[in-house]
Amino acid sequence: MKAAVEAAARFGYRQHMNMLAPDSGQAEAGLLRPARPSPQPVIIAASHCWRDRAAAAVQDLRESLRLWPLVWTLSLFDIRLRYRGSLLGPFWLTLSTAVMIGAIGFVYSRLFHQDVAAYLPFLAISLVLWNFINVITAEGATCFSTSADMIRAQRMAHTVHPARVVVRNLLVLAHNLAVIVVVFLIYPSHLTWSVLSEVPALALWVLDAFAAALLLGMVGARYRDVPPIVASIMQIAFYITPIMWSPAMLVHRGLGLSVALIDMNPFFGLLQIVRGPLLGLPVDVSAWINALCASAVLVVAAFLLFVRARPRIPYWV
Amino acid sequence: MAKLLVENVSVAFPLYHGESRSLKKTVFAAASGRMGQDAKHRLTVEALRNVSFTLNTGDRLGFIGSNGAGKTTLLRTMAGIYEPAAGRMVIDGAVTALLDPGQGMNFELTGNENIRMRALFNGYTDAQIKILQEDVAQFSELGDFLSLPVRTYSSGMIVRLGFALATAIHPQILLMDEWILAGDAAFLGKARERLETMVGSAEILVLSSHNAAILMQWCNRLIWMDAGRVHADGTPEEILSAYLPPDQFKQAKMAAEHAMRAA
Repeated sequence: MKAAVEAAARFGYRQHMNMLAPDSGQAEAGLLRPARPSPQPVIIAASHCWRDRAAAAVQDLRESLRLWPLVWTLSLFDIRLRYRGSLLGPFWLTLSTAVMIGAIGFVYSRLFHQDVAAYLPFLAISLVLWNFINVITAEGATCFSTSADMIRAQRMAHTVHPARVVVRNLLVLAHNLAVIVVVFLIYPSHLTWSVLSEVPALALWVLDAFAAALLLGMVGARYRDVPPIVASIMQIAFYITPIMWSPAMLVHRGLGLSVALIDMNPFFGLLQIVRGPLLGLPVDVSAWINALCASAVLVVAAFLLFVRARPRIPYWV
Repeated sequence: MAKLLVENVSVAFPLYHGESRSLKKTVFAAASGRMGQDAKHRLTVEALRNVSFTLNTGDRLGFIGSNGAGKTTLLRTMAGIYEPAAGRMVIDGAVTALLDPGQGMNFELTGNENIRMRALFNGYTDAQIKILQEDVAQFSELGDFLSLPVRTYSSGMIVRLGFALATAIHPQILLMDEWILAGDAAFLGKARERLETMVGSAEILVLSSHNAAILMQWCNRLIWMDAGRVHADGTPEEILSAYLPPDQFKQAKMAAEHAMRAA
C-alpha cells in the first residue's frame, strides 16, 4: 500500500482517482494464484552467449518435467478427442492395426515364401514399431506449428509440445501392443533372458522420439516445406528398411546391399534392438552400436538446435 | 513485492512471406554463396525499439497509442512470449497475461476440460482444480454446458467462459489487453465487479486500451507508444491531454469522474 501512495505522490496524481490500487488488506488465502516457476525473479535477456542460451534450454526442459501432469492430460485428451463419439473409441487403433497385420501377413508370407508362424510375429512387431517411428516424425514436424495458439497465449516451456507428441504416441503404441500379444499367443516365440534388454531399448526409444520430435518440430516450424519432405523420406525408409522383409532374405544377395540397408541403416539398429529379443534372438551387439551412434547424433543435434532456436520458436509459428 | 523491469528492449519480426520462408530459397542461396547477404537483407518489422521502464508494486500502467504502435507486442514481450532481440527484462512475481479471448483454449474440448488444462498449466493440486472449476461454473452460469465441447457454445457463452476463467486466477502481475473490457451488456455489470476484484488484488497492472475513461480511472501512469518507441511517459492526465483532442479529453475526464463517484 505504501508503494502505491509513493507512486501516486511521484506522479502527482490524486490518490482517490486510483480506485484499483492493490488491496493489501485482501487475504492471500482463498485466492488462486498462477504458477510461479521459481521464487527468484525470471530474467529474460537477449543473449548471444552459448552458456546463457544453454542454461535457458535446460531450464525449459526442467519446466516441462514440472508440467508433466499437463503433458499427460493433453495427450490423453488428444486421443479421446480423436475418437469422441465413436463406438469403439481408441480401440479402433487396435482393430485397424490387427486387420492390417492380419491381411498383409497372410498375403506376404505367400509372396515371400515364408512360414506364417515365423513371419507373422516378425511382421506384427515391425509394423507396430514402424508405425510409431513414422507418426513421431510426421507429428513431430508439426508439433510447434499446430500449437501456435497455445504458444502465443502464454509463456510455456516449448518442450511441452514435442513431449506431448511422444506421450500421445506411446499411448497409441500401448493400444497396438494388444495385437502383438494376440499374435504371440497364436504363434509363441521362445523368449530368452535377452528379453531383459527391452528395458534399456525402450528407454532409448523414448529419448530418441523426444529428440526427433523436438528437432523436426523446430525445423518444420521455420521451413514449412519440411513436413512433406520428412513424409516422403520416411516412405522410402519404410521400403528399404527390413520391416516387411526380414534381413535373412538378403543372404543370397551381394554383401554391398546388406551393408547399405542393414549395417548403415539407423532405423534397422533401432528396430532390431527391440524386435530381436522379442523374437527370441540374442542381444545383437552391432545393432546396439548402430542404434546408440544414431541416437547420440540425433540427441546432440536436437539439443544444439534447441539451444540456438528456442527464443525464435514463437516468431516462427 | 512484485517488480517488472524492462531495459532497452527491442523486438523485430522477421517477414517470412511466401518464397523467403521456403527451404528451396535458402538451399539455392547457400549453393550460390548468397546466404550471408540473404540473412543481412532479411526483411524485419521493428515492432519495439529500445523500450525501457520499471514497475513496482502499486503501479497501474496503461499503454496508449494508435494501431500498430506496439502495445500488444509489448504486452506479449512482457509476458515472456516473445523473447526480445536486444535488451533484457526482469520479472519478479507471478504473471498472468490476458491477451486474447481464446487464451489458448481448445475449442474441441469441453468447458470443464479447458478449465482443467488451465489449472494444470498453473501446477494446481486436485483441491485447487476443484475450487477453480466450481468458481468458473458458478460465475459463468454455464451449468451443464460445461460438459459440452466449447465449439458448440454461442459466442456470448465463449466470452463468459473465457472471462470467468481469466478472472478466477489472481496474479501478482496482471497484463491485460482491452478485449476483456468488451462484453454483452447484461453480463457486463457482474463482470465488472469481478474484474475490479482481480485488478485490485494484483500488485502490478498493465493495461492496453483505447478507452480514455478506463485508463484515467484505473491507471496511475500512462505510456504513449508510437512506432515501437516510448513517445511519452507520465500521469494519465498529462499524457491524455496531449494525446487526445481537448474536447475528447474533457469528455473522458468527466466519464472517469462520474464512474468514480458511482463506485
